[in-house]
Parts: sequence; structure tokens; C-alpha cells
Amino acid sequence: MGVSMMSGRDRRSRRRLSPPSPARRGEAVKGWLYVSPTAVFVAVLFVVPLLLVVRMSLSRWPLLTGDQGVNAPDNYTKVFNNRFFADSVVFTLKYTVLATALLIALGLGLALLVQESSRWKGLLRASFLIPSSLGLASASLLFYVLYSPFAGPAADLMEKLGWTFLGSPNAALFSTVFLIVWRFAGFYMLLMLVGLQGIPAELYEAARIDGASRWQTFRRITLPLLRPTLALTTIMCVTGSLLAFEQFYILTKGGPDNSTITVVQLIYTMAFQGQNDLGVAAALSVIALIALVVINAMQLRAFHNPDEK
Amino acid sequence: MKIFHRRGGLRSVTVVGLSVAVLALAACGSGGSDAAPGAAVSVAADGTDDGSQLTLWTRAPLEKQAKLLVEAYNKSHKNQVTLTVVPNDDYVAKVGAAAGSKGLPDLFAADIVYVPNWVKQGLFRDISANIDGLGFKDSINKGHLGAGTVDGKQHVLPFVLDLSMLFWNKALFKEAGLDPNKAPATLEEYAAAAKKIQALGKKDVYGTATGLNCGGCLVFTWFPSVWAAGGQVMNGDGTQANFTSDQSKKVFDTWRDLWKSGAVLPSSKDEAGPTWTAGFTEGKVGLMFYPATLLSSTKFDVGVAGIPGPGGGASTFVGGDGIGISKDSKKAAQAWSFLNWMMSEEAQIEVLAKDNDVVSRGDLANNKYAAKDPRLVTINEVAGKGQTPVAMNFQQAYNATNSPWLSLVRDCVLSEGTDLQPNNQQITSVLSQ
Repeated sequence: MGVSMMSGRDRRSRRRLSPPSPARRGEAVKGWLYVSPTAVFVAVLFVVPLLLVVRMSLSRWPLLTGDQGVNAPDNYTKVFNNRFFADSVVFTLKYTVLATALLIALGLGLALLVQESSRWKGLLRASFLIPSSLGLASASLLFYVLYSPFAGPAADLMEKLGWTFLGSPNAALFSTVFLIVWRFAGFYMLLMLVGLQGIPAELYEAARIDGASRWQTFRRITLPLLRPTLALTTIMCVTGSLLAFEQFYILTKGGPDNSTITVVQLIYTMAFQGQNDLGVAAALSVIALIALVVINAMQLRAFHNPDEK
Repeated sequence: MKIFHRRGGLRSVTVVGLSVAVLALAACGSGGSDAAPGAAVSVAADGTDDGSQLTLWTRAPLEKQAKLLVEAYNKSHKNQVTLTVVPNDDYVAKVGAAAGSKGLPDLFAADIVYVPNWVKQGLFRDISANIDGLGFKDSINKGHLGAGTVDGKQHVLPFVLDLSMLFWNKALFKEAGLDPNKAPATLEEYAAAAKKIQALGKKDVYGTATGLNCGGCLVFTWFPSVWAAGGQVMNGDGTQANFTSDQSKKVFDTWRDLWKSGAVLPSSKDEAGPTWTAGFTEGKVGLMFYPATLLSSTKFDVGVAGIPGPGGGASTFVGGDGIGISKDSKKAAQAWSFLNWMMSEEAQIEVLAKDNDVVSRGDLANNKYAAKDPRLVTINEVAGKGQTPVAMNFQQAYNATNSPWLSLVRDCVLSEGTDLQPNNQQITSVLSQ
């Protein structure tokens, strides 16, 4: 212990003895100047709000009266005791799995399609991509009208069949997933296309010379080399789905019978619809954030290529 | 400290933060004079009209009435009111954010069912002294005044009244062989009339309609049926739900029967609010419990009556918005000038009644504009018989999209209502939080 203390003091004094040259110090200042815009942005727009949310989650903080002092861990117990907490977590996971599987498969399929066919390539790419230019909220409103049993174009048909797009829990889930697939498939197609075009053509040529079948080529060349792209798209898709809000807020409002409440929607409801408790909402936000970090870390590990390094 | 020293920076931030907090506390503590935000208001009876700029917030559904009132006030006064209209769904969030940052406008209106909670949270200033000074205090709508009364102090005056009434389409009544000039006197007669109109078998025409996924709509239109039959939906403090009463059960049973018989517009099942009145407005629905504020925009011939209960009676939900002076206002005397004028005969009759709106003073119910349209007299008279339910957690228990009230109604009407008891208990547990 004594030795280590000595050596510590030693090091410090040595550093004090040899101050950095003016040139090096100038470089350090310059470096700080270069990073400062980003650092300020990160601090103001990310770190400060994050700290605020954490503080909120530990305090009694009603929407209308503001901070009333620390009450930890009441907000967290309230979150776990909320009657929609478990349901919303299960529903969000279910939706995420469904949306991610569909979007990744469809995105890859569409990318292969527009890569292969030559004549209709431009038209196909454009038509798949156009829905992505619409904001998610606008797209949701569009589908709200399309699905409406009162004003929608399929109103008569729905009446005849006695079935509505948003009438039952499963119908509401699949109708919303359809909207999301329609809105995002083109976008994921584009990402996949970039990944596909990054695979050298020689590999395919070599495979053809070796007599590999289409499936073998896909399985042994395309998929492994597409790994980074697949990792990116899966992480984006999972994160986006776990944070789903607008589509359900506009289309289903969590209904019918509270069957489509996502976690973020629950946060919104806690903060602004009835309970009006920012503390509890912040506590759920913190829980969601931690869960997201853990899930993303797991995904990164799963997609990590052991050969890289 | 040649370069930014991290701990020192943090410390200075803390110091600044603390001093802001101390200043804010000091500001709160120095109440007493009328000008100080938060204190009880007691100003000259007519308020002050000295050319001040006032701000007023309201939510979108009341835009028309709010605009008329503000325009008329600005024309006749030196004070000028700037009106901000906020979308309905964003209103609570916007008021909440402003209240937290001490940025509330001088005057703001609130959905009357939220008023008890907001008064309790201290968003409105006590204006009892000035309300007591009004000669017609006893004829001001009691539901609204009561909702804004906490510990015997009044904080809110009625801004715009919105009543739920029974509306019927006279043309469809005639076609179905019903008397177009006579309202169904009981909820049973209401259901029978709806089935008769449904039996016409006309394309796109339905007996009745409602919003079965809209907590606010159901509160607004179904509570009165219970009241009309002499029942109550909650205890006096609004901490206990009472939907297991015979009157409530009969209301739910009638609607379940109506739904099963197919006499209810099918889209009512998922109707979350935005288009809940559209069917009737387009003339496709025979009769409906409907907001009275829409009378002026209904183009065809309709009859209007109070909402009946099982076995008869008539009642209404006295909804709409109350308005008060905010805790953050520094111009209480000027703000009172607006409120005082708003309650005057001139504003009530020449602005509200002229526009076919309900007046908020009982003594003005029989005014010259109402006399031209007997339906307005009916509405004004039923207004006195109606109720405004008071509960601290009203929004969470009833209006929220995931409210236990919605679960209860959907269970009672769309399925067999076997969970009435636990659902009622769930509402109580939210109400009593």
C-alpha cells in the first residue's frame, strides 16, 4: 500500500515537473474547441434531459404542481403495480417480434427482387419507397380513415361481413402491423439494397462456376456477408417497435378493451391522461430505457462476427 | 482554472439552480396583496379596464363561443384579450407544462369535470369575494359554481355550458309512425322508438348511436339517465362508484338489449369520440343523446328534450368549461373585468343567447332569443335540473382511453355484464386514490 502511494505521488510530481509544451497545450485547446459543439449538443439535448428524467422518476412530480420533493422508490412501485404494466410489456414485445420479422423478411425479399429484375427496377424501387416519404402520424391518420367503419371506403363491406379492422384485439394488432409494414418496408428494402450491393460480384461468379444452387448462394454468400446490414436493420427495427406510439395512439388509442397499449403509450397516459403524474411516467421511461440498452447490447453481441477483430 | 473545470462548472450550475429556486419560493411566500400571483382576489366590482393586455386559453371544442365572447369584450373595452385555442387532446398537457413553469395565461377555461382537481392543485385563484358581490349569484349555474368550490371558496365561473339532450329526427319519426312532436318520456320508450326506426329497414339508417369506446361521451350521455331515475353514479365526494344500483343496471340492460337488437349504428362499437355525433348530424340516425351546443349547426328539423331515465324523469349533464383567474396572473383586477362582463346580461343574451347557446344564468333562461325557439327554452330549463359530477380523479376514472369506466360499459353492453361488480370496484379504487 505504501509503495503504491509512493509511486502515485511520484508520478504526480513527475508530471508537475514536466509541464506540456505550449504547442501541445495549444493542440489540446484546439481539440476541445473542435469537440465542443458536439459536446454541448450532447450535454444540452441528451445528458441534461436524461438526468432530469431520472430525478423526476425519484420525486413526487404531479403534472400540474411540479416537483414536490424526493419520494423514491414510490414511483417505481407504482409502475409495477399499474394494472396495465404487465399487459403493455407483453403486447409491446409481441408487436416487436411480429413487426421485426415481417419487415426484415419483406425488406430483404423486396431488395432481392428489385436487384434481380432489370426492366421494372426503377419503377418498383420508387413505388416501394414512396410510403416512406409520408410521416408516420400522417400515415396513421390516412389508415384511420381507410379502416373507419363509418367513413372508410370498405365501410359497406365491413358492415356486410360484420367485421371491422380495429374491432377486435387481433384485428387491431394486424391492421396496425399492416400499416407499419406498408410504411417501412421500402425503407428497409433500401438499407438491404445497399448491403447487397456491397457484396463483391466475383463471389457470386465463383459460386456459379462451382455449380452452387440459388439457395446455396443465398445461404452461404448473401446471408453471411449481409450480416452487418442485418444487424443494423434488426436493431433499428426492434428499437423502433419497442418505442411504438403514434400508430397506436392514432389508430386504436390502446383499444379495443385496452388490448393494444404499448409501453410508450402507457407512459403518455400516465403523464397526460388522468393520472397526470410525471414522476411515475418518468419511472417507466427509465425502466424502458434500461430495457432498451440491455436488448440492444444483447443484439450487438448476437450479431458480432467472431472472425472480425 | 484555465480550462473549464468540471466540478467547478457543476457547482456553479447548482448555485444558479438553487438561487432560482430560492427566488421562486420567495415569490410564493410574498402573497397578500391582490396583485401577487396565487393570492385570493378581491378587487373593485367591475374590475379594472385600463387598456391592459390579457391572455385567455381554451380548448378547441369551445372555439366558436370563446371567439364570440372575446370579440365582443374587446370591442367594448380598453382591455384587450388575446385568445389561444388549444386542440382538445393537448389541453391538459399544455396547461400542465405552463403551470409547472409558472406560465399560465391570465384567464383559462377548463373542462368542468377537471375543475375540482385543478382548483385543488391551486391553478385557479380564489375569487369568492367578487362572486359574492354579484347581485345574481344565486341564479348562476350551480353545477359549474359547485365544481369550482373547494373549502367553501369559489374559484370558477361558467364559461360555456354544454348540455347533453335527447335529440330526435322528426322526419324519421314520422316515417316510422311515431309522433314527431312528442319526445320519448322514458328510456324504455326511447329504446322502442329506436327499434321502430331501425325496422324501417332503410339503407344506412339506424335507430340510435353512441360512442362505446369514448369514456367522455358515455359519461355525458348516460349519467343523466341514472339521475333522471333518481339514482346517483357516485357518492358526494366522488370517491366511490355506484354503478351496481338498480337504476344503473336498468340503463345498461336497456342499451345491451338495443345493441343486440341491431338498432345501434354499428360503428358506435369502436367510436372513440371524433365522429360520435356524425351519424345523427348527417340525418342517418333516428334519435340520440346529443350535445346541445350542436343545435345551432343542425340543419334539419329536430326535437329536443331532457334525457329520460328508466321509468321516466329528465336530466342532463351540465358540461362545458368553467373559467377562472390563473395563479400566475399579475392582472387579477383586469381579468375580473372580463369575468364580470361575461356574466352580465349583455354578454349572456347579446352574445351567447343570440348565437343559440345556453346562458349560464337561470334568471335569463327566458330571453328574447330563446322565445323564438321553444327548444332553447327547454334546454335552458333542463340546465337547472341537471348535474355536474364532482370527483378529483374524474379524468383517470372516466375520460382516459384506458379508464375502468370504459371497461365497465363495454362489458355491460357488448357482452353480458357479468363483471359489473369488479369493474365498479375498479372505478372506486381509481376514484379513491
